[in-house]
Amino acid sequence: MISLHGVAKSFGHNDVLRGVDLEIPKGSSMVIIGGSGTGKSVTLKCVLGLVQPDAGRILVDGQDVTQVKRDAFLARFGMLFQGAALFDSLSVWQNVAFRLLQRSNKLSKTDAKEIAVEKLRRVGLKPDVADRFPAELSGGMQKRVGLARAIAADPEIIFFDEPTTGLDPIMAGVINDLIREIVVELGVTAMTITHDMSSVRAIADHVAMLHHGRIQWTGPISELDHCGDAHVTQFITGSAEGPIEAVR
Amino acid sequence: MILIQNSLGKIGASVLGLLASIGRVTLFTLAALSHVLRAPFYIREFWTALIRIGWLSLPVVGLTALFTGGALALQIYAGGGRFNAEALMPQIVAVGMVRELGPVLVGLMIAARVTSSIAAEIATMKVTEQIDALVTLSTDPMKYLVVPRVLAALLVVPCLVGVGDLIGIAGGWSVATGSLDFNSATYLRNTVTFLEPLDIVSSLVKGCAFGGIAALMGCYFGMNSGRGAQGVGKATETSVVAASVLILAANFVLTGVFFSL
Repeated sequence: MISLHGVAKSFGHNDVLRGVDLEIPKGSSMVIIGGSGTGKSVTLKCVLGLVQPDAGRILVDGQDVTQVKRDAFLARFGMLFQGAALFDSLSVWQNVAFRLLQRSNKLSKTDAKEIAVEKLRRVGLKPDVADRFPAELSGGMQKRVGLARAIAADPEIIFFDEPTTGLDPIMAGVINDLIREIVVELGVTAMTITHDMSSVRAIADHVAMLHHGRIQWTGPISELDHCGDAHVTQFITGSAEGPIEAVR
Repeated sequence: MILIQNSLGKIGASVLGLLASIGRVTLFTLAALSHVLRAPFYIREFWTALIRIGWLSLPVVGLTALFTGGALALQIYAGGGRFNAEALMPQIVAVGMVRELGPVLVGLMIAARVTSSIAAEIATMKVTEQIDALVTLSTDPMKYLVVPRVLAALLVVPCLVGVGDLIGIAGGWSVATGSLDFNSATYLRNTVTFLEPLDIVSSLVKGCAFGGIAALMGCYFGMNSGRGAQGVGKATETSVVAASVLILAANFVLTGVFFSL
């Protein structure tokens, strides 16, 4: 389980998170929605330790993330970045197998490549992609490679940061389906941040809406459409009229 | 009165900003050096940096040194002619290239070519979240990106300076023997006998220092780049300016240390 208690973070005078309280049950898929600039990515980066919160506590399976051994802690995570964040100087298979070639669980190159090709196949890419470089791939293929990298070391928790941004609707649907399949198949705890409602409906078990640096509403996906929260209703209907200012 | 206070305030803020920057660069340098001797070591990254900083800089270093050596020979011949000192040209070219022009010009060319490339590459990695990705993959960016580049520059730039010194002297020799009627054997003998070991040691030490400065500035400004294309551009520009100024300042200090004591 991932628990956030009163997590706050400011950048200069900009209070991005103002006390986020959220619980993500083990093995469930939580999707955090919210407008641009509401702190979704910062929340995710706080859990990973990429950003240090100014206040509050973050617990993963009861352990404070500031008290754990970083390498062992991060080894439990997989992450798909918004732009895939593939390393340009490495081939596709080296990107996918990056963690497998690190010291803590270093495999031979042959074994690591074999696993990388298998993971690439799992996300729908052919083995001949393995020796290409990220710059030679389309946006959708890069996202798939990013997904393969996220699952390469069989993590317990996977984070997805805007997984469908920049993709056409069909490719977005393919990525959403893949994420759902992988989350169910691996039984992982997943945390996704997005403002794409098709992703929310495809991926989520639970939804939380972040607004003004706080959780505005959280609940199961089945209650999303009838939650009665004006902010959520405005967000999911994409209306310019409502409590959320259209110009931020 | 308010105008004076505002002006003093701005000067004070600039001085504090400068001191803070010096502090941050110093801490970054110490952090980088502290990682040099601690595992893990990324050998592949080190070799790649070695090739990119050393081997691929050879053409630009060679051409710069060749033309500078030739021009220096022409200047000394023309200037020395005013007081019948043309014959000292081989010695002056050798000392000028080895003690001063070789290391400084190689350092500046490395700042232009390598610092800019390192800063742009790392800044782009930061902007595209590749550095965050490294961290989530349990890899310390300082060890993976900074240490291999700094170590490679510390080792290979002195070699480039040595090559630059030789090519610069060869440039002077080719001008002297090709168009100024110097005897080749005499020119080379005068060059070799005049140079002292301290000249060569100072040249190589300067190369080591300048290489370290060039790589560290590229890494520091790349890792601390702002967002977007503008952030990458600014990081690249600032890194080259900082590296160039620091190389010239370090050259002054090192020259003082080696030749004024």
